[in-house]
Amino acid sequence: MLKASDHIFTNLYGVHDWRLKGARARGDWDKTKALISKGREWIIQEVCASGLRGRGGAGFLTGRKWAFMPPDDEKTPRYLIVNADESEPGTCKDRDILRFEPHKLIEGALLTAVAIGAHVGYVYIRGEFYEEANHVDAAITEAYKAGLLGKNAAKSGWDFDLYVHRGAGAYICGEETALLESLEGRKGMPRLKPPFPAIVGLYGCPTIVNNVETIAVIPAILRRGGAWFAGIGTPNNTGTKIYCISGHVNTPCNVEEAMGIPLKELIEKYGGGVRGGWDNLLAVIPGGSSVPLIPKDVCEKVLMDFTSLAEVKSGLGTGGVIVMDKSTDIVRAIARLSKFYMHESCGQCTPCREGTGWMWRMLERLADGIGTRDDIDRLEEVTYEIEGHAICGLGDAAAWPVQGLIRHFRPELERRLTKKRIA
Amino acid sequence: MTAFKFSKENVARVKEILTHYPSDRKASAILPLFELAQRQCGGWLPMEAIKTITEMLGVSVIRGYEVATFYTMFNLKPVGKYHLQVCGTIPCMLRGSEQLKRVCKRHLGIENKETTKDGLFTLSEVECLGACTNAPVVQINDVYYEDLDEKSFLQILKDLEAGREVKPGSVLGRQGSAPYKGKRRAHAKGK
Repeated sequence: MLKASDHIFTNLYGVHDWRLKGARARGDWDKTKALISKGREWIIQEVCASGLRGRGGAGFLTGRKWAFMPPDDEKTPRYLIVNADESEPGTCKDRDILRFEPHKLIEGALLTAVAIGAHVGYVYIRGEFYEEANHVDAAITEAYKAGLLGKNAAKSGWDFDLYVHRGAGAYICGEETALLESLEGRKGMPRLKPPFPAIVGLYGCPTIVNNVETIAVIPAILRRGGAWFAGIGTPNNTGTKIYCISGHVNTPCNVEEAMGIPLKELIEKYGGGVRGGWDNLLAVIPGGSSVPLIPKDVCEKVLMDFTSLAEVKSGLGTGGVIVMDKSTDIVRAIARLSKFYMHESCGQCTPCREGTGWMWRMLERLADGIGTRDDIDRLEEVTYEIEGHAICGLGDAAAWPVQGLIRHFRPELERRLTKKRIA
Repeated sequence: MTAFKFSKENVARVKEILTHYPSDRKASAILPLFELAQRQCGGWLPMEAIKTITEMLGVSVIRGYEVATFYTMFNLKPVGKYHLQVCGTIPCMLRGSEQLKRVCKRHLGIENKETTKDGLFTLSEVECLGACTNAPVVQINDVYYEDLDEKSFLQILKDLEAGREVKPGSVLGRQGSAPYKGKRRAHAKGK
């Protein structure tokens, strides 16, 4: 269990003041200048030493991502983008950081900007988060007034401007290159990679796109040392993580815990247990809707980190734990998920645009018990036709939950078909 | 149709927004300006506004229209005074968003994408609103109403109909996304 002193987000629930005064009382903006004066290399070194993996879902090493930036020629502008387009079903951690800990985010943005050599940053917040964007806006205004942003930010000698840019309702804009397209004023359609944004990003300039949670833990890592952060969690899965527990639990909540906490402990201790007791559990989607579900027997033992969940053919993703008890119509639930991906597919790549619709329609039919056993195989085949055949990860994300369903609940699908035939 | 013009206050706001982006990258401001125009027009984005803004930013109208149709938050048709955006994605579905849609059907007589005759309510089923630990969630215009059930949602609709103000956030009075330890009250009275 995470020690009370190791919590980074001390105002996760918004009990305390989120404004500058309250944030300062909790230790934000404390000697930021001293951290910056230790230099760009030192910041990158500490972040590498911390083993921090991106919190947006892919789990890429943050330090390594920063190292992809080309050498600074001091002429080409470089940009920092904070990805706050949180829309992965089951995930609501960034929302709490935006509304209750905006100064951790802004300070983290400044420190990151120094590390990557950026003078301008944007916080891309999903359009639906109106109040949250207002909080960040207000916090930025406060920071400018206090001399923490702008020219000579925090008296460090580094100029840094940070702006809020609101999206307008598109899940795909959480994908980093789609986000860049959107920020440039176009439809959010992902770009081909490579070149990666670190080389050719916003306006063709080197750009780093990081998740809100990733950026917001940077000040804590630099203050307390990369070694401290690396000491929490399991090997290769270090630090703390905000988990979002939703669905059929007694007390759904967000909670900051160490990486690698057992899933069962997370649900029992913080989620107040599964509705109707542990034995009433059917399945869990452990990392936001884009990862395959895991059935109850896997949930007993699995740890909540990238490695352990990959071993059971699922993933940590964003850490959004969706719990489903035995009252759930699992086929209908995954069908609804397919509808989500159908709605959110940007329409650029044919396998994803057409395939997500096919999957949804087939699943709706199977949920009604219409079809034959071959249809299950055909559905599975469709998922493999989509997976890996699109520019971005949305196609994969749409295919995996369906694959998970067929992998673990094929008997349920077949039972429906036979039942219908007998009737 | 008359040409669209930003109001006086909004003209200043537009100027401020344009300073956020490099001067040769004005197109970046298209989302914020569409949003501003939609707000000024009472919740929807007329074609005239798209024309004016694209002209301002030096992009072709068709590109502006592309953007306006791509992003779900832009309403290209007028919506009711209260835009009920019921989240229907899986965490909310597991906790009863279907019932909330039924409340709309029963009480207001509207289905997805329909507006009541008096122009007060429009119902839209939207995808994940990102408040899953407080499911089910409904966004009404800008604000979220969380931890709803049929009773509390019905009460909110009645309060809005009567012109009463309804406090946003959790109807249980829950603190953010902290675990809620109390018992579920019959319903939270909107005030």
